Amino acid sequence: MTPTSTTASASSAAAGGFDDVTASESSLRRFLHGLPGVDQVGAEARAASLGTRSIKTTAKAYAIDLAIRMVDLTTLEGQDTPGKVRALASKAMRPDPADPSCPPAAAVCVYPDMVGVAKETLGSSGVNVAAVATAFPSGRAALDIKLADTRDAVEAGADEIDMVIDRGAFLSGRYLQVFEEIVAVREACGPAHLKVIFETGELQTYDNVRRASWLAMMAGGHFIKTSTGKVQPAATLPVTMIMLEAVRDFRAATGQMVGVKPAGGIRSSKDAIKYLVTVNEVAGPDWLDPDWFRFGASTLLNDLLMQRTKMTTGRYSGPDYFTLD
Amino acid sequence: MTFDYAPAPESRAIVDIKGSYGLFVNGEFVDGSGTAFKTVNPATEEVLAEVAEASEADVDAAVRAARRAHSRVWSKMTGAERAKYLYRIARIIQERGREIAVLESIDNGKPIKESRDVDVPTAAAHFFYYAGWADKLEYSGYGTTSLGVAGQVIPWNFPLLMLAWKIAPALAAGNTVVLKPAETTPLTALLFAEICQQADLPPGVVNIVTGAGATGQAIVAHPDVDKVAFTGSTGVGRAIAKTVAGTDKRVTLELGGKAANIVFDDAPIDQAVEGIVNGIFFNQGHVCCAGSRLLVQESVADEVLERLKRRMGTLRVGDPLDKNTDVGAINSPMQLARIKELVEVGEAEGAGRWSAACDLPGQGFWFPPTLFTGVSQAHRIAREEIFGPVLSVLTFRTPTEAVEKANNTPYGLSAGIWTDKGSRILWMADQLRAGVVWANTFNKFDPTSPFGGYKESGYGREGGRHGLEAYLTAGER
Repeated sequence: MTPTSTTASASSAAAGGFDDVTASESSLRRFLHGLPGVDQVGAEARAASLGTRSIKTTAKAYAIDLAIRMVDLTTLEGQDTPGKVRALASKAMRPDPADPSCPPAAAVCVYPDMVGVAKETLGSSGVNVAAVATAFPSGRAALDIKLADTRDAVEAGADEIDMVIDRGAFLSGRYLQVFEEIVAVREACGPAHLKVIFETGELQTYDNVRRASWLAMMAGGHFIKTSTGKVQPAATLPVTMIMLEAVRDFRAATGQMVGVKPAGGIRSSKDAIKYLVTVNEVAGPDWLDPDWFRFGASTLLNDLLMQRTKMTTGRYSGPDYFTLD
Repeated sequence: MTFDYAPAPESRAIVDIKGSYGLFVNGEFVDGSGTAFKTVNPATEEVLAEVAEASEADVDAAVRAARRAHSRVWSKMTGAERAKYLYRIARIIQERGREIAVLESIDNGKPIKESRDVDVPTAAAHFFYYAGWADKLEYSGYGTTSLGVAGQVIPWNFPLLMLAWKIAPALAAGNTVVLKPAETTPLTALLFAEICQQADLPPGVVNIVTGAGATGQAIVAHPDVDKVAFTGSTGVGRAIAKTVAGTDKRVTLELGGKAANIVFDDAPIDQAVEGIVNGIFFNQGHVCCAGSRLLVQESVADEVLERLKRRMGTLRVGDPLDKNTDVGAINSPMQLARIKELVEVGEAEGAGRWSAACDLPGQGFWFPPTLFTGVSQAHRIAREEIFGPVLSVLTFRTPTEAVEKANNTPYGLSAGIWTDKGSRILWMADQLRAGVVWANTFNKFDPTSPFGGYKESGYGREGGRHGLEAYLTAGER
């Protein structure tokens, strides 16, 4: 797994000196299929055992605040309107209006046409705007359309682009096509950070998740992300654990850190804490930061706020005490 | 700021430890006539209770009670009726699971997550499983007649679980038992005696006598014991075999091990590392089938070791009652001394000792998770059972060499194979002289699966249909 670097023409975006690996379809396939396999039973057992950690009192308070700071507050609906996006952006900046000590979320995640509205509301608050691009969620469009989609979102002010990979190409073994597409989108991102969505529910196997992770990291993705939220199953703890192992191994091989974002299906504080335990024990504490780990979620935030209030007041408040934006 | 897990202790309030305990004979707690001894919490050295020592006369009374219960009640009862009692015991174990788990962790030193998630549920599962056999003995293939009185001596590493392994099949087959728990961990067996009362088990069917080696010897040597079942060290197993030689007692022995955990270069590496950790650090390595010898293919040895060390750095050693503890206390000062002695031998023989930085509590008996690299077959730490959290790492080049090294031990209890190649798993399993062979997993126990060893690891099988053989005969008794 050591990078085999040093041939001349470095692809501008590709990371870590993997030019030999990504030079041809066959070398890329050899590399991805040469990665150690994942035993499904063992991986799921390990994830389940991490899920039994008991996080209480001060550790829980720390974890909840950290999780709030890691939320990409998301609305990705056909019915989204400027009003809805403005409300969501306000919530991301001040998740708990009653408590100024509550930290803001990491970002607001919207469709490209809503980027301008979100940016206008968020201004210089420090909360980023993330846009899903590249014919989200299916990714079924020509490359130039995906690139135009990306550029459009960046020009409108997106700080982060969440792209989807071409699962059809991946599953039929055209890894180089997937790789080159990620490289191209990364170039189109300009200064914006790129998150690469695998839609792990469609890739199905953990071996595929590990291969997709390496593919995206070698192509220069800043983050690897599980799911669009439009396909079931979305994020699961074992899938996220496999991706955390990949970013850990990638850093060991190249020195570069890549972020991880599970998205979809994480609704409770209890679940979020299980993910943070897994980040802590699998990738390591360096990843316990919104720069390196995010939750793609919409309903999770309110549960985190409820638990946060309970930790400070000792009482649970009803759902009406938390905003529904 | 870092993510430090705050203490998450399981409450002790649920257990009620008495100041002193007697023997459980004929359905009642009675005084012992030997010299009472103390059992301590190995994590704190706190004295937990004083426990009676059964003398030869006490053992005789227990055997007589068991004989009476066998001939008058238990062997006459239909299998379906016996099953009701076993199901009832299984359900009570589940209902009182938290209480049993906390008591086990206090008396033994094992982490609560293991007593809660492994020991107690598996013990209940054994009673459920053998309850199902009680009215189906004619399909066992081993006859339907019980042997009579079983004398059973169990170790301290899985006190309640080993009790379940011994008592459940014996009772299902219609035998009655006299069981001696280990002297350092008698409390859950005594709690089990209470459970027998709660289940209205007829008096004398289960008798629990506490004590050390002399008490065990009295059980094994008692002329009216029909069957001896022992789990423990190979040394004691040998002595038992001598004692019963020339008698018509049936014997099963489940003894030591020095299992090879074999990792091939095509293994799922991250899961293999988990399996190595689980193989040797589960229950502080106090496991007869522990994967104490890691055989790793040379071509991936460096990578596996690097990952293993990183993983060992995340193991949490400390308070057994903390729900986040991965490795608890060493069970006794005697065992700690044995571990230290062999570790010193390993260093003196030139193997490379490594353990992750970890703070050990000031009180109690502790040993950090440790591995030795550069170990060869000639090292004592590759041959002798350490029975502690100490892993010896050896390498191999080819599957044939892996088999040779794995089998090159006086023991033969278990082995593990890690590879993505199914055909190699089958080939290896065929070659390995070990009673249990795990593929891409380790230390998995299930009541339906027989367990037992080759060579110095003992004879006889426990668990599954095969586990009934030790307690049944086709002829008259």
